[in-house]
Amino acid sequence: MRRVAVVGTGHTRFMFNSPKTEVEMLAEASMDAINASHLKPKDIRAIFTGNVLGDFSEGQGMVQSYLANDIGCFNIPASKFEGACASATMAIRDAYMWVASGFYDIVLVGGTEKATAMGTPLATRTFAMFGDSRYEYPAGFTFPAFFAMEAHLYSKKYNVPLERLKEQMALVSVQSHHYGMKNPHAQFHKEITVDKVLSGFMVTSPLQLLDCCPFSDGAAAVVLASEDVAKRLTDKPVYIAGVGQASSGKMSSQYKYLPRLRARELAVKQAYEMAGLGPEDIDVCELHDCFSIASIIAVEGLGFAEFGKGGELWEKGETKTGGKIPVNISGGLKAKGHPIGATGASQLHEITRQLRGELVDEGRQVAGAKVGLVDTLGGDGVIVNLILKTD
Amino acid sequence: MEYKLDFRTYSDALKKNKLLGLKCNDCGTFTCPPKMTCQECAGTDLEIVELSGNGEIVTFTQTFVAPQGRECEAPYTIVMVELDEGPWTMGNLIDIAPDKINMELIGRKVRLGHKVFPGDTYSDGEAARPLFSFQI
Ligand SMILES: [Zn+2]
Repeated sequence: MRRVAVVGTGHTRFMFNSPKTEVEMLAEASMDAINASHLKPKDIRAIFTGNVLGDFSEGQGMVQSYLANDIGCFNIPASKFEGACASATMAIRDAYMWVASGFYDIVLVGGTEKATAMGTPLATRTFAMFGDSRYEYPAGFTFPAFFAMEAHLYSKKYNVPLERLKEQMALVSVQSHHYGMKNPHAQFHKEITVDKVLSGFMVTSPLQLLDCCPFSDGAAAVVLASEDVAKRLTDKPVYIAGVGQASSGKMSSQYKYLPRLRARELAVKQAYEMAGLGPEDIDVCELHDCFSIASIIAVEGLGFAEFGKGGELWEKGETKTGGKIPVNISGGLKAKGHPIGATGASQLHEITRQLRGELVDEGRQVAGAKVGLVDTLGGDGVIVNLILKTD
Repeated sequence: MEYKLDFRTYSDALKKNKLLGLKCNDCGTFTCPPKMTCQECAGTDLEIVELSGNGEIVTFTQTFVAPQGRECEAPYTIVMVELDEGPWTMGNLIDIAPDKINMELIGRKVRLGHKVFPGDTYSDGEAARPLFSFQI
């Protein structure tokens, strides 16, 4: 296997009601990534995309082929990956393996989504398709309901009183909005407070409005290349040092293991072992904070905190720049936004910029960051992790 | 290889308040909702059994924002129930005032009923789901 590096990246603004189509947004991010890599579309050998609900949001399937044609990557193989909110990270992992194997030298990976075009009722319906349609959706099971039930289970199992857990969860959202203020691509540019989180309307107990990430439109893309090619194209290659992916079944099938998510623990173990690194080596992490409680569960599964103690990282400020494990310094899904097919590519874009030291001007650089971790969760059944490093 | 117990058979039985599951002849585990293989050992030597329908609530949520087409059901309460035979299964909870839905629910003993979701544009027809109420 060859070493593979991120060469260039592109990222649209994440927003409500984008005036652009999914293909347009992804084409813009892709051309930015190709230009940042000092390449032309003809240099790209294959395209790997994440897109989930294009058929529902704009009646458009198969965005990957139209993307290839739009950006002038004529007739090259273009594939789409569907793993709900983890789709782009799945695409990145597969793209990585094709380059690592020697089959391709230069590939484009990206994702796009236009969820706000659906409106909240249809978006809620379609996001619920990432739970079990026959055995669990009939009870009205929505995606927020998964993490809502996780929160109550967490409180009970680890004996963290719900009131304290809710405050920890609110701190997660407050921090995300704080850093979102500094990210020009973020959907929200406003500070919030714990009181504001705790007074929001109830979506599904105990999750209130500001415990939940928004529906979003946007796209992100990256160019991956083999090490020798990458070194010719950039003096700051960021290497993919480890990848991991795992799956699980419907929520009830995960029973005794919950609120822990076994898929994450297995996926990140693969990534750590491949990289020869552990949680103590990670300088900065972008993790899947679709809901505030999801962040607390994630830091535990990734090895940054003991089970039942994840929320204490936010209480002690350890998740900020300068803390023990800076988390979601982009604003995360909560404030940066969560266009589901694009999220993994957005997380990789962010970690690449952190490791290149490009975020000083935005006031959110993690000083000296050399190793980063991406964590993306799709539905109740997919988790993908990536470990990035500078050498 | 055919399913020993497929969704349609499970749903039709649930409409008669019978909760069907699978018992593994290799490891003894009960799997419900049913699937191709045993949830613990992946064994395929399974037999269809009728479960008691009794269990206790392990977690819950009260949902206010419903998906398209189900707005009139909100607010509703979803519960995950650990059945006496071991597996967890999801359903709705009835017979409780909305302001009584709190952490005290966890551990409460419930028994099985059912309700049919008639289906919508995106579902392949109807589906029965468990409807739990408190054991007296
Ligand atoms: Zn078994």
